[in-house]
Amino acid sequence: MRRLRLERLANPQLLALVGVLAINWLLFPSFFNVTWQDGRFFGSFIDVLNRGAPVAILAIGMTGVIATKGVDLSVGAIMAVCGAVAATMVVAGYPAPIAVIAALAVGLACGLWNGFLVAVLDIQPIVATLVLMVAGRGIAQLITEGSIVTFNDPSLIFVGTGSFLGFPMAAVIAVVLMVLVTLLVRRTAIGLFIQAIGVNRAAASLAGIHSRMLLMLVYALSGLCAAIAGVVVAADIRGADANNAGLWLELDAILAVVIGGTSLLGGRFSIPMAVLGALIIQAMNTGILVSGFPPEFNLVVKAGMIILILLLQSPYAALPFKRRPAASNKSASS
Amino acid sequence: MADGQYVLEARGVIKIFGSQTALDSVDFGLRRGEVHALLGENGAGKSTLIKILTGAYQPDGGQVLVDGQPVTLDNPLHAQTHGIGTVYQEVNLLPNRSVAENLYLGHQPTRFGLVDHRKMERDARVLLTRYGLDLDPGSELGSHSVAVQQIVAIARAVQLSGKVLILDEPTASLDRNEVERLFEVIGDLKRAGLAIIFITHFLDQVFAIADRVTVLRNGKLVETQVLDALSRTDVVRLMLGKDIAFSGATDLEPENPTTDVLLQFSGYGRKNGVAPFDLTIHKGEVIGVAGLLGSGRTEMARIMFGADPADQGSLRVNDKPASVRNTTDAISLGFGFCPEDRKAEGILGDLSVRENIIIALQGKLGWFKALNRDEQLEIAGRFGESMDIRAASLDMPVKLLSGGNQQKVILSRWLATDPAFLILDEPTRGIDVGAHAEIVRTINRLRDDGMAMVVISSELDEVVAYSSRIVVMRDREMVAELRGKNINPGVIVQAIANNPDEATP
Repeated sequence: MRRLRLERLANPQLLALVGVLAINWLLFPSFFNVTWQDGRFFGSFIDVLNRGAPVAILAIGMTGVIATKGVDLSVGAIMAVCGAVAATMVVAGYPAPIAVIAALAVGLACGLWNGFLVAVLDIQPIVATLVLMVAGRGIAQLITEGSIVTFNDPSLIFVGTGSFLGFPMAAVIAVVLMVLVTLLVRRTAIGLFIQAIGVNRAAASLAGIHSRMLLMLVYALSGLCAAIAGVVVAADIRGADANNAGLWLELDAILAVVIGGTSLLGGRFSIPMAVLGALIIQAMNTGILVSGFPPEFNLVVKAGMIILILLLQSPYAALPFKRRPAASNKSASS
Repeated sequence: MADGQYVLEARGVIKIFGSQTALDSVDFGLRRGEVHALLGENGAGKSTLIKILTGAYQPDGGQVLVDGQPVTLDNPLHAQTHGIGTVYQEVNLLPNRSVAENLYLGHQPTRFGLVDHRKMERDARVLLTRYGLDLDPGSELGSHSVAVQQIVAIARAVQLSGKVLILDEPTASLDRNEVERLFEVIGDLKRAGLAIIFITHFLDQVFAIADRVTVLRNGKLVETQVLDALSRTDVVRLMLGKDIAFSGATDLEPENPTTDVLLQFSGYGRKNGVAPFDLTIHKGEVIGVAGLLGSGRTEMARIMFGADPADQGSLRVNDKPASVRNTTDAISLGFGFCPEDRKAEGILGDLSVRENIIIALQGKLGWFKALNRDEQLEIAGRFGESMDIRAASLDMPVKLLSGGNQQKVILSRWLATDPAFLILDEPTRGIDVGAHAEIVRTINRLRDDGMAMVVISSELDEVVAYSSRIVVMRDREMVAELRGKNINPGVIVQAIANNPDEATP
């Protein structure tokens, strides 16, 4: 079994990340140079970890949603709302922990709202979450009263720009969240149930799985992750920008999940792979920037790379590299 | 027997998928004006042979001949131009378009470059009358029964090709009357000189309609024979390559009145579902449910299991009042339910055999008492062995298994929850003979172990074989409860048909 685990490391996602990083290194030889300064690491690679963190955090929540055959378009807007809540509260004089808890509670509430629409009212996820995607930005603007709310609270700023053991705080939060959520779904039966609902909700319900409660859970988790990402981004720029915070990030998060090998048709999912997907996206962004391509090329190059990665994942492309399942599992036959 | 006699012939056809030989030098000849049954267990190579004969696959060796001439069939459309038409189990038509449009789609009669709807409907009416159908060609196809749709599909295939008709399990979703009707149509076509290949799992139907039979096993031709020369046992032996004993149909033990009552449904029903019914079920009892499709059999099962909860009446379990408002309630009372539509409501296709087996047990344990991998493997392995589930690995997706093995997986799923009461809706529909026998054996074994069961089946012989009592459904109402001597197909058919309005349309 251990040996199989090692084989699994040679998956398309890891190959793609290594490939992207290798290209970055070729174009920009000092890409991997990491220096120690003021008690923390600096360098392009560390920058990838730091900048990739918000999308990685979104992707953690998005994975569960997509695994149930759903999608959450509202996460970018929820980021803006929660960033706005945290910022206005510290500006109003509340201590940072209270502001953060309030922001997370708002994110959770937004997620539960999405879950309610999808699980109880049976609205298609793409439409249900579109409601908050559009309305969320309006709500964020109402909270910030149309301006960019800036703040100087050091403990809140620490969440976005601080460091832990030399690593950027945002990346540390993403990794801790990834580990916690992965443990939550894999050490309990929740992960299996999520897959069962994604594969065949009717059959899962007949097998006695509470599909409504689980759907509420995954959307609530997605909302919570969006809130965390929103606070991190707000803390990073020391302000809440209702118009631009998290703009289009829902699409990056969906892309990260898909690059991570979770099908939009639901079913099998992997949270660590989705986080890896977010890193691949950020490594490309950073690579294009540091390699000195004209910025106009960025989106085109990125699109090309994404097509390549998705091709790598296609069952047809992967066929020659895969071992026959029958050969490796002889012992299990009955 | 000159070659010229064959309308369609496969000579030494070989097909290889990866390392597996799906067809190994198979010869097959089809004569004009015959119904030729193609038999074999799942995986024997029936569908591969059909796909080669219709041009969906290209053979890796051997050749296909039409009227004695070697041909290369590039695709099913090309095969159609050679006169070879196919009708599949699931009707491949457009249910939201009219009957006439479905008949003529792709070659509609035109006038001034526009579709001539009047002519099309006129032609369609003439065509349909020939098939004994008196219906409005302008009506939506989806508004008719599956049997009618099936006949429309046949009419279309014959119209387009007209020499060879391949019927791939056309009767799988039809009830008895509809099958008879379909057989009349097939008989007419045969007399008109069409060559027909008929694939089915039902031996009764083979003996009712086929002239010759070809049996495949493990990709090899076992035998082609005139059917008159064979008995049922011969055919089964050819298919399985061994003798199998069907569990005795008559040596049923008398109903044992001393066993404890498990369930008492009284006045139980649901508006727009099933009229209120009373039913008492003892431990170790199999209640067979007979009735035509649409008679309310499945609806009754879903009400019992809480999938569509009852809105009237009461239930007592072990002589204590109980309520089943949803499936979770039912499962916690020790109920289990194998639905009729395996694919849509039974299996979790992309998940592994192991996960499919433990899912209901895990659902019962809840979110936080997760079975670990070893426990899952132990449970899945135990049932894989006792139910004889043929899977290369317990970790392979269940959708890759054959229908019979999928059914065994779903049965195992419920047995893993250690149920007191199992509801099986058409547990043997559309599965191969081997798996069929295995499931019947399991039902008998579970009954002897004291489990209570409700088994819905259209196979009367089968229901009779394992039921302690039989209830008959008609028009969404329980109309009869048969016991003792009355448990025989004759009485059941009478009970089902005991209504003048129910006569064949």
